[in-house]
Amino acid sequence: MSNRFIPHTEEDISAMLEKIGVKSVDELFADIPSEVIFKEEYDIPSAMSEIELRNHFKELASKNDTLVVFGGNGVYDHYAPSVIPHLLERSEFYTAYTPYQPEISQGTLQYIFEYQSMICELTGMETTNASMYDGATAAAETIFMMVASAKKKNRVLLSATLPEHVLKVAKTYARFHGVDVTEIPEKDGVTDLEAMKGALGSGDVAGVILPAPNRYGVIEDFTGVADDIHSVKALMGMYVDPSTLAVLRSPAEWGADIACGDGQTLGMPMQFGGPYLGFLSCRQSLIRKMPGRVVGATTDASGKRCYVLTLQAREQHIRREKATSNICSNQSLMALYATIYISLMGEKGLREVNVLSADGAHYLYNRLIETGRFRPVFNRPFLKEFVVETDLDIKKVNAYLLEKGVMGGVDLGNSRVMFAVTEKRTKEEIDNLVTLMLEA
Amino acid sequence: MKYYDKLIFELSRPGRKGYELPADNYGCDALKEIPADLLRKDAPELPEVSELDVVRHYTNLSSKNFGVDTGFYPLGSCTMKYNPKINEEVAAMPEFAGLHPLQPAESAQGALELYYNLQKALANIAGLAEFTLNPYAGAHGELTGLMVMRQYHISRGDEKRRKVIVPDSAHGTNPASAMVAGLEVIEVKSKPNGSIDVEDLKPLLDDTVAGIMMTNPNTLGMFETEIMEIAKLVHEAGGLLYYDGANLNPMLGKVRPGDMGFDIMHINLHKTFSTPHGGGGPGSGPVGVAAHLVDLLPNPRVKKGEDGKFYVENGDKSLGSISSFLGNFGVMMKAYAYILSLGKENLKNVGPMATLNANYIKESLKDDYLLPIEGACKHEFVFDGLKDKSTGVTTLNVAKRLLDYGFHAPTIYFPLLFHESMMIEPTETESKETLDEFIEVMHKVAKEARENPDMVKNAPHTTLISHPDETTAAKKPILTYRQMKG
Amino acid sequence: MSKIEKECRYAESHEWVRVDGDIAVIGISDYAQHALGNIVYVDLPEVGDELEAGDEFGAVESVKAASDLYTPVSGSVVEINEALEDTPEAINEDAFGTWLIKVAMSDPSQVDDLLDADAYAKICEG
Repeated sequence: MSNRFIPHTEEDISAMLEKIGVKSVDELFADIPSEVIFKEEYDIPSAMSEIELRNHFKELASKNDTLVVFGGNGVYDHYAPSVIPHLLERSEFYTAYTPYQPEISQGTLQYIFEYQSMICELTGMETTNASMYDGATAAAETIFMMVASAKKKNRVLLSATLPEHVLKVAKTYARFHGVDVTEIPEKDGVTDLEAMKGALGSGDVAGVILPAPNRYGVIEDFTGVADDIHSVKALMGMYVDPSTLAVLRSPAEWGADIACGDGQTLGMPMQFGGPYLGFLSCRQSLIRKMPGRVVGATTDASGKRCYVLTLQAREQHIRREKATSNICSNQSLMALYATIYISLMGEKGLREVNVLSADGAHYLYNRLIETGRFRPVFNRPFLKEFVVETDLDIKKVNAYLLEKGVMGGVDLGNSRVMFAVTEKRTKEEIDNLVTLMLEA
Repeated sequence: MKYYDKLIFELSRPGRKGYELPADNYGCDALKEIPADLLRKDAPELPEVSELDVVRHYTNLSSKNFGVDTGFYPLGSCTMKYNPKINEEVAAMPEFAGLHPLQPAESAQGALELYYNLQKALANIAGLAEFTLNPYAGAHGELTGLMVMRQYHISRGDEKRRKVIVPDSAHGTNPASAMVAGLEVIEVKSKPNGSIDVEDLKPLLDDTVAGIMMTNPNTLGMFETEIMEIAKLVHEAGGLLYYDGANLNPMLGKVRPGDMGFDIMHINLHKTFSTPHGGGGPGSGPVGVAAHLVDLLPNPRVKKGEDGKFYVENGDKSLGSISSFLGNFGVMMKAYAYILSLGKENLKNVGPMATLNANYIKESLKDDYLLPIEGACKHEFVFDGLKDKSTGVTTLNVAKRLLDYGFHAPTIYFPLLFHESMMIEPTETESKETLDEFIEVMHKVAKEARENPDMVKNAPHTTLISHPDETTAAKKPILTYRQMKG
Repeated sequence: MSKIEKECRYAESHEWVRVDGDIAVIGISDYAQHALGNIVYVDLPEVGDELEAGDEFGAVESVKAASDLYTPVSGSVVEINEALEDTPEAINEDAFGTWLIKVAMSDPSQVDDLLDADAYAKICEG
């Protein structure tokens, strides 16, 4: 009966049964109607030793190609410092539950406090929660916050230039929750701000969410937008890439009330889609409407500085159906990831990441235009990601690149293709990409 | 060890750094081409520290934490089982960690096969047709499952079914998830033994009911023996049954939710399938459904073609997307490794041994602690505080005293059915020796409560910090270093 | 043993009402503040909000609990106790001396249907 994860010997089992006063383990299940008892074998493989398991995973791994990535679309192949996985594997961190007992959870509580501090520094917001699942669900929760704050207004405007996956998830959430969503159309690769102003006139708008950078990598100009939104007593939300906030104007500097986004760009492995890190931060005045856990600093009985989960009366385990959200587990260990990443990089490192990525992206952009086979589309400022038009057959080109171990640009249809360059790409890789595309 | 209480910000020294990046040889200055209005004016104040500063700081912080690897963690409803190390090893394999979620399916066949196999294994274990692994956590799974429930009624043109029945003993997430999904919560009462009162349920079942959310065993650790009757009644009334998989662990090897009549369920991979809780995530909350609901599952879906190749599909009957991509893939890898490590021979022992452990503790402690409901529990059980109420020692006091003895506290003050709830879940990975130590300490605390109640009331005495002032923390929130500096 | 003010009328949801002409002064009972523990936050409506008897008008939060507030009478909110933003603990210190909102009643007869002190005391004894 005993297994490496189930320690019971036959002797243990009989001693325990005797104490309980039953004759067999089956007797502990005697209350279950026999018609629902599962009498077959599970249809799963037989137990594997570690040797066999490793071999199985190696076999699966051999069916994956790790590529030189020039695709982005919300997920970027940024550099991950070696230190981080080592610290994340401290099992006092990763085998702990949510820090419900502060006396023995100061490690988790303190890093969440540091995480909150860093996210607030980047966004310029006054407060933030302990994390959300991903950027898209953080945007969805931003919608709920806007509607909850506005009380009677039930419409949220979403820019059509938000990343596609963010729009999709936000709309699903809004549809079920009963929030009206209006998409602000796109014009020349940016949010149509005139259309936004028109939509704000409907009188029932609780908030607006705008992207920075947008789904095409374009850095939009939101001058005056905060005033437009606030003039109808709506909230301004921004969906941002936190990595870029070392150089780009922050949500607070744009006058936003809520900032959300995905922390994957803070050096997190792409890991086929997760785990990443959703974040949500806001003005202090909105704190009671904010979903999720929050850590606050306080002191213990002897005056020592310490940290606790706070403002819990907003949460599901207390408010049940009146909670601000149903979220419990978030992405805590990924918040630690981001915290360590930001500690290592600091403001200067994050800036350098942006400079290297942007210089690489602009180098690629110029090389592509020079070939004569690619043309500019939007002529607008960008950092690490941009769209170009081409007369090449994008599908054929990408298939050829794949053969050569390269993930090409994202095919947007209509002969448009979107490339992303991070600090991990080298000049040689970029030159090689251009050469391969032309020979495809 | 010396008490360490620095913040990373307080280690910062201007000019210090903890990174090195390659030189910029592109010969351009892209930032110059961006209009100044679009650039940041006030730089963020972030730490400037060396690599060693970072390593020591977070290593020191880790030592202020208690995890499953530190000691016994009988936190009820959280299934704090051992997190096998091989899980961590395989999840870190670069051939998976380096995969872009949008790279062509043909270049990620290994990852897609893993997703597909895990989905199939869970479907078999649950007795349901298919799973989506996209939801990120248990609560996210609940929300997704309830969206499936509503989408089912909407797809039949039955828009008026907006009510979901939830027992008063349910996890707090159940009503909260229902609220997010746009459903109205109707509470059904529990009988004195904690199970659903079928007579109370019957009048609630009209044509506005979308379904019922249940966990079985319930939050008292007791099996709902009338489940087949409940399933029949709900189905006859046109509703669906949702199974909250938070309490699935004791059912492994014994009962499959699908066989009890459930149509939709979520599983917490970070409970039943051994992936670590990570101090509050990342988890994973796969959702399984019966055959008639499969097309409603969220996009994207992973499928296997007739040629044996795996592909990603966005179905047009789907309720939509609930995640950016395919969920917390790294967490799925760990659960998959766990299922293969146990295999069909051992997975079926999980439920029985978890149940044996829980009953052993319950029977060993019921002379000192008040057991409100007799009979065989499943993976967990609830005491209503100490039996001897004369000392004034509360469940909170006992929980804090346990910390002094090197154990994590049980879940306390949940479920709400009792005033002094203390919910204990040992899981199957704990040995009899560990349980015996815990039992001995619990007896000792009961004795201390009789002999020196003030000492117990002032516990803990040996932890790094004593009672934190939570009132001030909530009244005047300090949530960032900037606010702390004032 | 929690205090009960003789001259107040009560709702079963533990709000008290003190009538001052057409104005109802509303607070929560000493029993309610005891049950909640240290109060850390009070969420109040805006002046001008129209309420029907039984409507939720706000919430009181302690560290580990929260309780919604329901108005025992209909009318419009004419004043809110803004001092509670900084000193929510005043409710713990003196529940009957700390009002939450003042409502200009649209139907003062509703007060007659509320519990008197004796009837409310029975509810608290449970």
